[in-house]
Amino acid sequence: MRAALRTVSTLVRKVVGILQRVGDILLSALREIFDESAYARFLARQQRTSSPEAYASFWKEQETARARRPKCC
Amino acid sequence: MPKWSKALLWLGVSLLGALALGTIALHRGENINAMWLVVAAVCSYAIGYRFYSKFIAAKVLVLDSTRATPAERLDDGRDFVPTNKWVVFGHHFAAIAGPGPLVGPVLAAQFGYLPGTLWILAGAVFGGCVQDFVILLFSIRRDGKSLTEMAKSEIGRLGGFVAYVAIITIIVVLLGAVALIVVNALKDSPWGTFTIAMTIPIALLMGIYLRRLRPGKVLETSAIGVVLVMLAIWGGQWAAHNPAMAKIFTLTAPTLAVLIIIYGYAASALPVWLLLAPRDYLSTFVKLGTIALLAIGIVAMRPTLHMPPLTRFIDGTGPVFAGKIFPFAFITIACGAISGFHALISSGTTPKLLQREGETRMVGYGAMMAESLVAIMATVAACVLQPGIYFAINSPAGIVGQLPEAAVATISGWGFPVTAGDMQALAQAVGEQTLFNRTGGAPAFAVGMAHIFSNSLGGQAVMAIWYHFAIMFEALFILTILDAGTRVGRFMLQDALGHIWKPLGRTSWYPSILVTSALIVGAWGSFLWQGVKDPLGGINSLWPLFGISNQLLATVALCVATTIIVKMGRARYMLVTLAPLAWLVSVTFTASYHKILDPNPRIGFLAHAQQLAEKAAGNPTHTVSQLIFNDRLDASVTGVLVILVALILIESTTLWIKILSGRSEARAKETPFVLSRWVAEEQP
Repeated sequence: MRAALRTVSTLVRKVVGILQRVGDILLSALREIFDESAYARFLARQQRTSSPEAYASFWKEQETARARRPKCC
Repeated sequence: MPKWSKALLWLGVSLLGALALGTIALHRGENINAMWLVVAAVCSYAIGYRFYSKFIAAKVLVLDSTRATPAERLDDGRDFVPTNKWVVFGHHFAAIAGPGPLVGPVLAAQFGYLPGTLWILAGAVFGGCVQDFVILLFSIRRDGKSLTEMAKSEIGRLGGFVAYVAIITIIVVLLGAVALIVVNALKDSPWGTFTIAMTIPIALLMGIYLRRLRPGKVLETSAIGVVLVMLAIWGGQWAAHNPAMAKIFTLTAPTLAVLIIIYGYAASALPVWLLLAPRDYLSTFVKLGTIALLAIGIVAMRPTLHMPPLTRFIDGTGPVFAGKIFPFAFITIACGAISGFHALISSGTTPKLLQREGETRMVGYGAMMAESLVAIMATVAACVLQPGIYFAINSPAGIVGQLPEAAVATISGWGFPVTAGDMQALAQAVGEQTLFNRTGGAPAFAVGMAHIFSNSLGGQAVMAIWYHFAIMFEALFILTILDAGTRVGRFMLQDALGHIWKPLGRTSWYPSILVTSALIVGAWGSFLWQGVKDPLGGINSLWPLFGISNQLLATVALCVATTIIVKMGRARYMLVTLAPLAWLVSVTFTASYHKILDPNPRIGFLAHAQQLAEKAAGNPTHTVSQLIFNDRLDASVTGVLVILVALILIESTTLWIKILSGRSEARAKETPFVLSRWVAEEQP
């Protein structure tokens, strides 16, 4: 009985681990798609903290590149 | 897993795929379940990915994961950023998935479900996925160069020029065609118009919220935006039922076209952070969610396809668009099977993010498979409708008649029974006044999607909500593309005009922004206006024009890819890109010939112009003169594109012959090899 429980708990831990990894990757993908990661990189590069001014500077830097990015049909 | 069990597994997948394809292709007289399409697609993609893409990766491209990618070598934390492959996959898929794979298959369903499904599967596995994969890899090996730059450096100056002209033409025609889809979806629909109108203040609000209140919290802002959009969909009912509001939001096609043109101009000149970016976030959020929901809905409901595998319209007499199955099914499907536009994205942001060459297979080939699956789902959404209903929604008044009685009589006469009562009940169920003559594909897709969703969740009572959700989803998508496309076109024009007069090339100089925006908006706006005024519904001429230009751009991309393969000294594998190239050349050139010179006025632009001129008997009204001019313009655009692509084909072929006969040196212009630091880090 105890061995069976141990097997089940190991299995559950494994599944939770996999789900957590999938969730992390999904969140990272969303953060990249939605420019949150790009903003975080900008803050790190400029050694600034998030603020309306920092975000405005981020957009100033992004504006041209972003507007040139094609979206498919 | 032991080798024999792997072999057994793949044998099982192959047999299941063959069974599904056989069922789709050979079943006659009885309706089949949509799951056969899904199973056939998943098995085809699995086999294509496991075997064909692996062969290309190992033998043709010789992927080398020890070679440093531009993301690693040029890492600047801004444009070049080494990123997890799954994250890049999501990013790439979000950029390539647009309304094309939804609209194209819905329009092509007039031939039945079989031609579209087969082309989506074969076209993606052997064409579209290959194109996206090889262009991505070649761009990575050239520091993330764009398709235009690669065409210029590998083929010649003409290659670069043709790619430039093809891109700008596609953008203009595409924007005109997709804007027409929105117009046709929203005309006389107060509910839909109200919902879409509300997305503009919602996007502006999101922009300000992001900028002032919660800088950088895009996911949170997008979630708020989605909630507000849902409220707007809910509120649309009230707008439709309140007489005063219904009057304001019940708009004719020309009025909607003018409003969209004004919107396009304003959106192009506004700062990116204020409207473009928040709308882009919102539409991406809704897009990814809706595609996932649709997949779940289809699997949960396992709907029956009511459309036959082949309809009588394979002979070219179809009401949705005229033209025989070859070549018109292939240019209509467009992005669901192969899209030249994807080559721009594969040589845009994506090559600057990948950490290893080996990952190009999953991102380039894999993301296109996912896009192709979206096209299969769109086919399902169109084919779950009763064929009579499908044709009543998608046929223009010029073909089936203005009055419901005339339309149902014509459509029933084709062997697809439908009654005015059926259509009235359906219109009522989805909260519309009428569903007749709603050409463009979006309303038919929305009805199919609402049918699937409401059967899986909420029942008939919420069909109207699901329908308007689907319309909002498509229109939101399209307005984002209008906005983004106008800006991309504007920048390209500014780059070109800067060679003539320097100030015009300055992208931040306001007079230049206003002039170039006006030129781009004017160009796609004229195509939109032409579509709105076209008695045959506009989609009949605009969608094939878009399909031809999109597939011609794919021809250019495959020319570049084949040239590089030959220059790499791997000419024995050149069929990998040459075969889809040859197919596309035959499809696009035949389609162009028909669209320009076919004697049938419903197909040939010039024959239609002549018919109009003859009817006017030397005294044409202003409208008729305009229609004649439009036909001649469409014929000229098609002709110029074909000539340019023929020139690039000749130039490429000459180069291949010279290299293969030893008269020219085979040297691809790759960035020199640098060992990846990941290799050093991984070694003990």
